Amino acid sequence: MNMLEQNLGRKTMSASPGLWRRRSRLQRVTATLLPLLRRPGFSLALLVVVFSLVAAIAPHLLSSFDPYATSPVDKLRAPNLIHWFGTDELGRDLYTRVVFGSSLSVLSAFLAVGIALLGGLGLGILSGFAGGRVDAVIMRFVDVLLALPGLLLALAIVTAIGFGTVPVAIAVGIGIVPGFARTTRAEVLRVKTLPYVEAARLGGASWGRTLLRHILPNAWGPVAVLATLDFGAAILATAGLSFLGFGAAPPAAEWGTLIANGRHFLITAPWVSLLPGLFLVAVVFSLNHIARTFEETQR
Amino acid sequence: MNALVDIRQLSVRYRHGNTAVNRLSLRVAQGETVAIVGESGSGKSTLANAILGLLPDSAQITAGQLWVDGQDLTHASERQKRALRGRTIGLVPQDPMVSLNPTLRVGQQIAEALILAKGKRYPAVDADIVELLQQVGIDNPVLRARQYPHELSGGMRQRVLIAIALAGNPRLIIADEPTSALDVTVQRKILDHLQRLVSERGISLLIITHDLGVASDRADRILVMQQGELVEQGAPRQILDAPQHDYTRALIAAAPAFAKRREPLIHIDPMIEPILSLKNVGKTFALPKVKGEDNTFVALENLSLEVYPGQTLAIVGESGSGKSTALRIALGLEKPSQGQVWFEQQDVTHLSWRDFRPLRQRLQLVQQNPFAALDPRFTVFDSIVEPLVSFGLLKGPALEQAARELISRVHLPASYLDRLPRELSGGQCQRVAIARALALKPGLLLLDEPVSALDVSVQAHILDLLEELQREMGIAYVLVSHDLSVVANFAHEVLVLRNGKVVEQGSVERIFNHPANEYTRELIAAIPGRHVATRAA
Amino acid sequence: MSRYLIGRVGQALLVLWGAYSITYFILYLLPGDTLSIMLSASGMEADSLSVEDLAKARAYYGLDKGLFEQYFDLLLGALRGDFGQSLSLNRPVADLLAERLPQTLSLAGLAIVLSLLGGIGLAYLTAYLRWQPLKKTLARLPSLGFSVPVFWMGLLLIQVFAFGLGWFPATGSKGVESLVLPAITLAIPSAAVYAQVLQRSFQGVWRESYIATAYAKGLSRGQVQARHGFKNAALPILTLIGLQVGNTVSGAVLVETIFARSGIGRLAQEAVLRQDIPVVLAIVSVSAAAFVLVNLLVDLLYPWFDPRITHTPKVS
Repeated sequence: MNMLEQNLGRKTMSASPGLWRRRSRLQRVTATLLPLLRRPGFSLALLVVVFSLVAAIAPHLLSSFDPYATSPVDKLRAPNLIHWFGTDELGRDLYTRVVFGSSLSVLSAFLAVGIALLGGLGLGILSGFAGGRVDAVIMRFVDVLLALPGLLLALAIVTAIGFGTVPVAIAVGIGIVPGFARTTRAEVLRVKTLPYVEAARLGGASWGRTLLRHILPNAWGPVAVLATLDFGAAILATAGLSFLGFGAAPPAAEWGTLIANGRHFLITAPWVSLLPGLFLVAVVFSLNHIARTFEETQR
Repeated sequence: MNALVDIRQLSVRYRHGNTAVNRLSLRVAQGETVAIVGESGSGKSTLANAILGLLPDSAQITAGQLWVDGQDLTHASERQKRALRGRTIGLVPQDPMVSLNPTLRVGQQIAEALILAKGKRYPAVDADIVELLQQVGIDNPVLRARQYPHELSGGMRQRVLIAIALAGNPRLIIADEPTSALDVTVQRKILDHLQRLVSERGISLLIITHDLGVASDRADRILVMQQGELVEQGAPRQILDAPQHDYTRALIAAAPAFAKRREPLIHIDPMIEPILSLKNVGKTFALPKVKGEDNTFVALENLSLEVYPGQTLAIVGESGSGKSTALRIALGLEKPSQGQVWFEQQDVTHLSWRDFRPLRQRLQLVQQNPFAALDPRFTVFDSIVEPLVSFGLLKGPALEQAARELISRVHLPASYLDRLPRELSGGQCQRVAIARALALKPGLLLLDEPVSALDVSVQAHILDLLEELQREMGIAYVLVSHDLSVVANFAHEVLVLRNGKVVEQGSVERIFNHPANEYTRELIAAIPGRHVATRAA
Repeated sequence: MSRYLIGRVGQALLVLWGAYSITYFILYLLPGDTLSIMLSASGMEADSLSVEDLAKARAYYGLDKGLFEQYFDLLLGALRGDFGQSLSLNRPVADLLAERLPQTLSLAGLAIVLSLLGGIGLAYLTAYLRWQPLKKTLARLPSLGFSVPVFWMGLLLIQVFAFGLGWFPATGSKGVESLVLPAITLAIPSAAVYAQVLQRSFQGVWRESYIATAYAKGLSRGQVQARHGFKNAALPILTLIGLQVGNTVSGAVLVETIFARSGIGRLAQEAVLRQDIPVVLAIVSVSAAAFVLVNLLVDLLYPWFDPRITHTPKVS
């Protein structure tokens, strides 16, 4: 993609200001994004996602409390104006812990999706493009990966390489690879047979050029949607694994661990596990909503 | 006398946008055949849906009255409209391939219509199904009733749909674009059959079509629609001989069936070598192995042809005739099983893709579906210059200069270079595709059904453009088409294919005026509009 | 047909073998020191043992043999139904599985039924409704369904229905009523997936030309949806049911942990926590087998639902 953009960029600069001028990529992106931003649902979803990203990169901007500062006097306070999400069993501010937990959760989701994209795109493009035996072998391999339930595969990997945020992220990422490989392959196969690809080939374009300029850009859409969806799924999966106790060691907290800790106080202080969970739901739902909006506009 | 359908000043509007039908009035009497002619966007389909009471939720009747069989549908309840459907109005939908439920047996689908008409399940329903299938001309109706739609050919499915429309004994049948999806000869037989059935029973027929030829052959009265308005109506003779409205005149001029035959062009100098020649080319495909069956399929047999510079050769045939295979072999996309392909005095039969590549500068293709032929992410500029970039011929300002020249060649403004395919109409897309094919200054263009996806008036413009380019640049064309009427006005030489074999070959004059083969005669007879056109001559 | 059947079963076995091999590879070859993991799982410290004891332990766990020999021993054992000894519980893994499996099967079975009912019902309703605001709201519901983490949903249900209303027990695995909350929890994500796919599928089917044909016969909206829309729209669900088996198993791990039910999922969680490698390998293999089996069944049943698919080669 990067190369493509540079290519386009170069052409834009060389275009002389004659009768017409090429619209730049930025102009076109804003032209598609602006009407979307006018939809309140989409803007709200974007806001939630941006909030969680900011929380992941610079959590201290969003909260003045120390996530690890205990205060036994304030333990298990219900949500109020000072402690928006209440406090936990050690009197730590829950909202702050959620904000600071973002960095582990969001970054591990990035790692997971990154692995999935790398592996899945690679396998999918190779499979769809090469065809024949290569395709058959890769697809059998993907079938095998698909037969291993995602969480169990992750559990096996965690058993082997140990607990912690990074192993969990790697495990989740490998679990999503087959889905990516399949979607990418299907898209490459679909685009490959379209008339304009044939036209490009007959116009003398090499396979490499056809792949980079025609097939990949046009196959990218559904894969990007899937990546957004899977980003949410990866957050859920890593949270699930840390809920089971295989994630970051305390006192560091991911969203999953926060929910897991709170379940011991479910009767007396339900907010300790339910509010961080609600935040998690909001983030994942926003990601799904964004993915779906993109999908609808592509059609 | 009360008309069966009486529409007065009807307007239909879509919620977000335009008025699809504007103050339209129309009467259809019992037993009458009326044709509504219009191009895409004329509102003819919306009108048909309104009569059926099947307008989508987004459409609304904003004014006027719509009387069908004494009931005003503009104020009818859903239940009243439903009672009319099937029993008073039957529909023969547009595309038989997708208009039958794929997961229900044919018999069940007809039975459903029968039972609805009778109001309840009755014992003789199976016998009635078989009788209906027989009436619409299906052999072995007992077997067919048990089959699923995918086991039937397109023609048979069309007949089944007619049976469904007839099942409720309606007083009006609406036939939506009955000529678009099937081969011409099949279509003609089915339409003849439908007309016979309809006139035997005194049913009114409302034909919705884009084809003035079909309308003039079949209808008692023709209505011409343009952008939701009725521009003209009258008997076919009257419309064809003395059109009152400019749009009707334009339609008649564009309809290939009524246009003048092309002048037999330049005598071919015997000294000139052909640019492309196929010598005894054949192609067989291997099929999956089934016991007791031949596992090869002969797509093409012993095809020889020669194309000379500046000349147009048309390959005509129905689906499965091998015309696409011939085209793919000529393009080097497919290797022939027998025979040789010569391009510019060079044997290219067994050239690899890499060795063929330099020759591609002289040999280009224009594809069938103009929307799919352009990369949706490429601007017109990117698309047009792509061959030049691929071959590394031009760069920078020279490339832009070339793009400007090419786009003016196909009569589009230079500002269009910036547009994306989705901002263009079908005809404009096809112009861009032609410009792209011209970029390398080829000696030969292969045209794969270049106008079959376009409206009639747009077809004429594209064909004019192609003719002009041939005159100016001396390009040779190979035109592949199922439509003899397009061929008649465009080609110099015609080659008729059927089931992979050459049926007849010769100059366009000879083929059309003195066809030697029975199949060719059948094809020519199936061209819509010939009734009136020949009578007029 | 029979030739297709043999081929398809062969393919299923191949996939199963591949799944087993990959899991073996992950569990036995990926860790730097399998022996010390196994020792600590059995409650011993590798550092505290003498060299001879270590060698003995190595032989005991079968780690002294060559890689291929180890692999084939395990594979042959698994084929005979012998998955070795659990390290932490000191019992044959096969016995553990036999003991825990019925719990999980009843939970997963009920969850699959509930998810199909809920998902299909929601999508059917969405397709039938014409009032746009409600239609749109219902169309957004599935994406909320799979945005909610299974474990959090479980906690919420416990909070409301067990602690709040007291209708169902919060935890445990005794009786039918203890099955209700876990099954609902487990069903929600799958139901959301079914609903979403079916909703889209209905959207596509409503635009099909044969729907217009059906309306033109005089059928009502309800009849068109039931007779012509539903079957065609529901075809994609069939393949999904097979694929959702994996998610159901994954979800079972979480649900059984939350509701403290003694099933396979809970066993998996405990085994991973103690790094009990043979148990993990056995559970992953059994789940993969379930996945492969269900997908095989779906594939074989497909022609029965969709007459266009036949497994005999056809000449077009």
